[in-house]
Formats: sequence, structure tokens, C-alpha cells
Amino acid sequence: MFPKWFDNWNKDNPTNIFGPAIAVGVAGSAVFVAAMIVAFGQPFKTESQQTGPRGTGMHVQEFVSDLAVYPDVAGFYTSEPIVPAQGAAVMGDAAGVPPSLANLTPENYDRLVTAMREWTGIPDLLAPGNDSYQTQVAYSMIEMTQNINQNWIGHVQANAEVGVTCYTCHRGQAVPNNVWFKVSPVNSNVAGWSANQNRVTMVSNFTSLPSDYLETYLLADEAGNYANIGVHDLESRVQQQPGDPLIQQAERTYGFMNYIANSLGVNCVFCHNSRAFYDPGQVTPQWATASLGIVMVQETLAQYILPLQDVLPAERLGPVYADVPKLACRTCHQGEQQPLNGLNVIRNWPELAVLDGAPDYSAFE
Amino acid sequence: MAYFEYQNIFTQVQVQGEPEMGMAQTGENILGGERTRKATFSTLIGWLGNAQIGPIYLGWAGLISLATGTLWFNIVGLNMLSQVDWSLTQFVRQLFWLALEPPGPEHGLSMPPLNDGGWYIISSFFLLISVMAWWLRTYLLAAQHKMGKHIAWAFLAAIWLFLVLGLFRPILMGSWSEAVPYGIFPHLDWTTAFSIRYGNLYYNPFHALSIVFLYGSVLLFAMHGATILAVSRYGGDRELEQIYDRGTASERAGLFWRWTMGFNATMEGIHRWAWWFAVLTPITGGIGILLTGTVVDNWFIWAIEHNFAPEYLGAYGYEAYGTYQDFGGVPAGGN
Repeated sequence: MFPKWFDNWNKDNPTNIFGPAIAVGVAGSAVFVAAMIVAFGQPFKTESQQTGPRGTGMHVQEFVSDLAVYPDVAGFYTSEPIVPAQGAAVMGDAAGVPPSLANLTPENYDRLVTAMREWTGIPDLLAPGNDSYQTQVAYSMIEMTQNINQNWIGHVQANAEVGVTCYTCHRGQAVPNNVWFKVSPVNSNVAGWSANQNRVTMVSNFTSLPSDYLETYLLADEAGNYANIGVHDLESRVQQQPGDPLIQQAERTYGFMNYIANSLGVNCVFCHNSRAFYDPGQVTPQWATASLGIVMVQETLAQYILPLQDVLPAERLGPVYADVPKLACRTCHQGEQQPLNGLNVIRNWPELAVLDGAPDYSAFE
Repeated sequence: MAYFEYQNIFTQVQVQGEPEMGMAQTGENILGGERTRKATFSTLIGWLGNAQIGPIYLGWAGLISLATGTLWFNIVGLNMLSQVDWSLTQFVRQLFWLALEPPGPEHGLSMPPLNDGGWYIISSFFLLISVMAWWLRTYLLAAQHKMGKHIAWAFLAAIWLFLVLGLFRPILMGSWSEAVPYGIFPHLDWTTAFSIRYGNLYYNPFHALSIVFLYGSVLLFAMHGATILAVSRYGGDRELEQIYDRGTASERAGLFWRWTMGFNATMEGIHRWAWWFAVLTPITGGIGILLTGTVVDNWFIWAIEHNFAPEYLGAYGYEAYGTYQDFGGVPAGGN
């Protein structure tokens, strides 16, 4: 094919072209990729939210493609309240009306029940004559929602008017996702510290950290006390006292903090300066909001959730201890800093904003 | 053949033939009798180093070490298997999560029940014997070869850190629960929890020293390896000859570094640099661990007291830097 002189020249001048070819290929590909990134931008763009002073590395990061995504927000059913006329009749103690909704006018009561059926996906919820367990649960859950909106405003409206409704947890399903049950001990044939950790469980967030942190920190013991959430000594040199935190408490607390971070889609430094987790001078306002949230969950579990133990049928109870399904951070937040990405769900529902007293419709007059 | 064809991380030229069996057993050379008698060749291994596998000398220390080490390994493995109800599937699936944990703090230094740390204590005892016997083996083998004991002492530096973590510090703290669990992820959990519990280990100066020597070892290794490869064309890879009869390879290597950074190690001294950096990594680390919880309970506060924790002036909380609407929140006025 080629002239003879060319073939002869090649034969007389053998050259290894593979080395240079590989080098040129690798370098050329790198240049090409670099040029494409410069021309079209980083394909997996990220965005950071600064949460603390410069130099501390305090920030939460997300892919840009995940930022303007609002799962479940579009599914939120709502309607404007009907402002009652002066002296309008209320539901009172009519049959089947939850006691904490007695102050509602019939129009608003119907409006709310319609919404609650949408929010929970239960078509006959609170239907007259429906005496299933769901009615009793609904009574309790409505009071719970009202209590959270009225008495835990420091948590559910910490940054903006957000509030909670049935939909915050239920998202159109009769049983909310992201509930938890007691599972500990998780390991067979061992006792004590060995038994409650080192297993892939939902509640351990698939880590090897302890699986018992939710029941330890969020449920009261028999004396009514909650375990101390703490990991440090607060002086540089102290005598170890009984009850002081040990590595075990640090690990369990770490499991709990990891749960909170996963529930909110954030990291440690959303609340803490990670160089000194305990230091109240180096935490963010979100730390205070979260601390309130922990107490809110403790109260909510004790007052509204645990009493449902005898109300729920067996198929709704936990797999190990037949315990009632329990809520915590993730049940509402579902991976967002604020549930439903901070959607103001309470604005149209003054009926759910008060536990005691009549709804305040003044904003709609 | 061009030089880069054999000066590669993969040795492309191998010699395989009659295996080198070492000295015959004569006189005071007691090694001959205790070596295994066979040797084989592996092309695969030959790509990375010497292609000859064996013979190996175990000796009584090596045998004790292997036996007790196997006991430790099997106790840990059987405990893990027991924790998943003897299910091999779950054992494989959860292998990195499973662990043999030390006893809980309520047992102190007493012998706990077998299912609450007792097996941990027993297996740790075998591990202690195994590691110490292996150390003895490195010492005895060096003595028999009439070598210096540098390898044994370097190994002992690593054993120091191991003993601090699993023996000395738990005893000083009065509880075996302070020891490190035997498990892949669980020992990492322990490491994090240990640092957080004692107020951030990064403020422990001995931890800092240990990191200096660790990263320093890496840097020295890279510098030395690169230097020797760079002067091997002048015979620099024959380091021993260059040590007792310095040639142009050593001269050029030394000049390179002196003209680069004003200082150069010597052909012999660079190995002392490397040895001390490597050895000081676990020695300083072990001191830092030993002081934690026994002498200092919160390293961050300790650092403030000693004026080396910097202060950051600036707002905490994202509200000072942006809004939630800018970072995933629904636009204001939604609903």
C-alpha cells in the first residue's frame, strides 16, 4: 500500500509508538474533559449554606439539582376558612365531633374534616357512626396537632410561620412513614452494651451505632426521667463521677445526633461548631430550636402517642415489642430543614392552631 | 531494554529457577532445621517483588503467636456469628457492622459474664500473647541473623500504642469498657466517640505530634524513594555501597536537596530519619491516648486554658448569611 521506501524506512527505524500514544491520549482526554467542564460548567453543581463564622468550615451542602425540589408540597390540600358570623352556632357536643373541635361552626368543621380525609387518605374519617379505632386515634391526634401549634410555637414557627397539620406527617397516607418502634436488643446471645448496637437497622440509620438511642432519650424511664443527652466533661480535668458520660453515652448520643441530622438533611455544623460540640457559645440558633424539638417530642410521645397502645389494633403495633408506632424528628421533617420545605400549612387552619378556646379567624375578616 | 521497563512498580523481569533455600544447618546456625523445606515460585507475586515463596521460619514464638492469634480471630468471628443467630448469610451481610464489644462500664475491671464482654477479655488475652510472641520472634530472628534489633524496636513502638489502647489505659481508667471493640465499623465508632467524649482529640498536642510524624513519614518515604530512583542510573539504588563508599549518586542526590532546601540528609542518615519518624508516630500517639481521660478530660477546654484554641468572631446560624428560601425552602408566600 505504502511506497517501498516508506516501508523500508520504517523497518530501519523501529520506534515504540505505544508509549507516546498512551501519553498523548491520556493528556488529550484530560484537556478535553477540562475544556468541557469550563465550557458547560460542573455537571453536578453544589451549593453551600454557611452556618457559622468564616474559617470554621461550618456549612451545609446540597446538589443544586436537589434544591428547588419540593416533594409532597403540591399534594397539600387546603382551603380558606369561612369566617363565622357573630354568634353563629358551633358544633358543640354533637355526636361524633372531637371535643377539641367543639368550637367550630358546621361549615368550618366540614371543611376541616374534608381536608383531614385528604391529608390522611382515610375516606370515612370521622364519618357519623364510624366507631373504628381510627376515630379514637383521630381525637387524640387532633389534640396533639393543636397542642404542638399552640404550645410549641417556638419550634414549629421558629423561623417563619410554618406550623403542622395532619399532612405534615401523614402525606396522604393512613399510617405515616418514618415512624419508629423499639427494637433493642438487636443482637442474639449477648447482653448489655454488646446487645444494642452493631447491626444494620432502620433506626440506626444503617450505621453500627447503637439502635436504642430513640427509646433511651425520647421515652421516660419508670421514674419519669429522661436520659441525659451529653458527652463531655465541662472542665479540662475532673474526677470521673458516677453518672458522668462515658464513651458509651458519647456513642449513643452520636447515634441520636446522626438521626437528627439525617432527618433534617443537614450535618453536625447546622447546629454545632464541631470543634466543641457542647459549647453554648458556639452553637447556632438552630441548636436551640432542635433542643426545643427534643422536649416537644418527649412530651408528645408521653401525652398523645403512648396512650394509644390499647387503642391500636395488633397489625399497627411494632414487630418486636408490639409497641405503638412512635414519632420523632424524621416523622415530620422527612429530610428537610423545615417540614414540607417550610410551606406555611397552618395559615388557613386556625382551627388546628388552638388547643383551648375558639379559632382566631381575624386574619380572614 | 529501556530502564523504565524494569524500574517499574511492577517488576517486569523475573528470574525463576532453582529456589534459594538459604544456609544449610551447620554449627551454630540453628535456623536451617526449623525452616520449612519447600519453596515455590509465583509469577503474580514476582510482579511485585521476589517471585520465590518460602521457605519460612516460624520457630516456637511464631507457632505460639499463630496459635493464639487464630484463637483470638476465631473467638471474635464466632461471637459475631452468634450475634446473628448463626446465620451465615447475615454474617456475611453484616460483617462490617458486627463486633465483639468490651464489657459495659458496670463491670469495671472484674471478669464480666461471657455474653457481656467475657469473650472479649478472653480473646484479648490470646491477642496479647499472640502479638507479644510475634514481637519476640522478630527479636530472636534478628539475633539469630546477627542483625541489629531495629525492626523489633520499631514493632514495639506500634505495640506500645496497642497496649495503651487495650491494656494500660483501661486499667488506669478502672474499666475494661474503655477498650476498643473488635469490629470494622464499630472500632471507627469508638474512635469518633472517644474524640468527642474527651472534648476533641485534635486539641491534644500528642495527637498533633503523631499526625506530624505520620504525614512526615509519608513525605520522607516519598522523598527518599524518589531520590534513590532518580540517581539509580548512577548506582544510587545500591545504597549500602553508597553508604561506605560515597559515589556520584550520593553526591548528586545530596546536592539536589541542599540546593533545593538548603539541607540534605546523608545516605545513611536518611534511614534513621525514616525510622524515627515511623517509630515516633505510635509513640507520641500512645502518650496522647494515655493522657486522655486519665489526666485531661476535655482537650478543647485544656487548649483554651493554654491559649492555643483560636477564637472566631462571626455570627452563628444561617440567618446571618442567607435565607432558607435560598437553600431548599419553598418560595415565600407559598400556599
